[in-house]
Amino acid sequence: MSKRKAYYASKIKRATHMLFYKRHRKPGVKGWELRKALGSDYPKVLKILDDYLKGMDLQVKTVFEEEKQVEKPSLEQLDRARFCITLRGELTPKETKMIGWRIDDLAGLAIAISHIISKRGKAPRKEVEELLRDKLPGWKVGINIDRYIRYGYLTQDESEQLYLDWRTRAEVDQKALVDLLLRSENKVQ
Amino acid sequence: MQSKRERERIGREKLQRIIETCKSISDRSLNPFLVDVKENISIAREYLPEWEIPEDLCLDAETIHQIASVIKLQSEWVRHRSTSLYTDPFLLQEKLARMPKEQVVETFLKSWHPTIELEQISLHSLAEAVRYWEGLLPLKERWKEFSSAETERGLATREELVQQRILREKAFSEELDTFWLQLKERVKEKSAEGKILYWDFVGAETYEETVDRAFMTSFLITYGYATLEIHPLEEEIFIKPHEKPETKIGNKQLISIPIAVAVEDWARWKRGELK
Repeated sequence: MSKRKAYYASKIKRATHMLFYKRHRKPGVKGWELRKALGSDYPKVLKILDDYLKGMDLQVKTVFEEEKQVEKPSLEQLDRARFCITLRGELTPKETKMIGWRIDDLAGLAIAISHIISKRGKAPRKEVEELLRDKLPGWKVGINIDRYIRYGYLTQDESEQLYLDWRTRAEVDQKALVDLLLRSENKVQ
Repeated sequence: MQSKRERERIGREKLQRIIETCKSISDRSLNPFLVDVKENISIAREYLPEWEIPEDLCLDAETIHQIASVIKLQSEWVRHRSTSLYTDPFLLQEKLARMPKEQVVETFLKSWHPTIELEQISLHSLAEAVRYWEGLLPLKERWKEFSSAETERGLATREELVQQRILREKAFSEELDTFWLQLKERVKEKSAEGKILYWDFVGAETYEETVDRAFMTSFLITYGYATLEIHPLEEEIFIKPHEKPETKIGNKQLISIPIAVAVEDWARWKRGELK
């Protein structure tokens, strides 16, 4: 193995440990932590790791502090961004049960997220609760929204407005979700 | 007829108001078309000849900058509406209301890529745990250390309790206020930026005193008398005293920051090796 290859192999190992194992309350690692551990060429290390993970249907996801995805991020933006490993492809409904999601809770999350997207990223909590109450028992609605907030999918400000949080930005392809919802033919209930 | 001074004051207020409106539009993602750009530009133009001092000219420049930001937002808003990401909320609401939840989930799963995260024990941590277990004394031996000899009950005076550090000499709030004043004075002496390095404030002659100061500092921060400024890359922590205790923190998220005050750290600080 050439010196260069060995250099990157050891960095990839270190990056794998940092990204896969839980280090903080929130999953993933900040860019500046990776820079400290892997050196200033950590974006290149992550790129190689991402290529390697393709075969396993996984990917290295970059979540920027800014709400929008950044096209050509600067080193400073990368340092502030959060990096985590996400599934590259899709889960089947059966698989979601394995990772601890009930169909009701997941449907509620989908509805909350798509409603907030359609309202340009912000919607009053009461409005979202009203939407969920249509198909979920009333006592469950508040608990579910609090759970989505706790998991990092949604966030709420002091005037009870709901926004999309870092986890939705990391895990949900918002454009695909809206497109799919609008294109879907309604099945008979 | 308005005096020049009065006119300048009104002009400044108007520009300030424009800046605040523009900022709130971009911060809260409100409809940028709520701002009447033409009107705001004409206000800025109207007052421009009045400005003479650099501060006023800076205010004017800031106003133009904020208006430009709103124009940029307006163009993004139009672009968003013309892209496929724009959805009529009512249309989407209708769609969702008619869909069975199974279909909503099926659709969601096509755009959801959940995070992978593992928690696993390693051989190294197992070995560490075994070593710890081997060194751990049985409970009955450990409890022996804590069993205290029976003593007769009696009355203790306030002075005795203070001596034994069970009670403090002053009320806690009083002590906290004194400590806060001390922080403000130290900041005034040491820096013009209104902050002081954590260890420069907490560090004291003895380790016991240092721990005591760190304990009091944690209360200063928790109760809003001061705040911490952390520079992770430089590994520097500063304490910034507030002029008045801040009880409300608005929409900022509260976080806990553990700071180790170990004997080694204190010794390094004494040698001047720790910031």
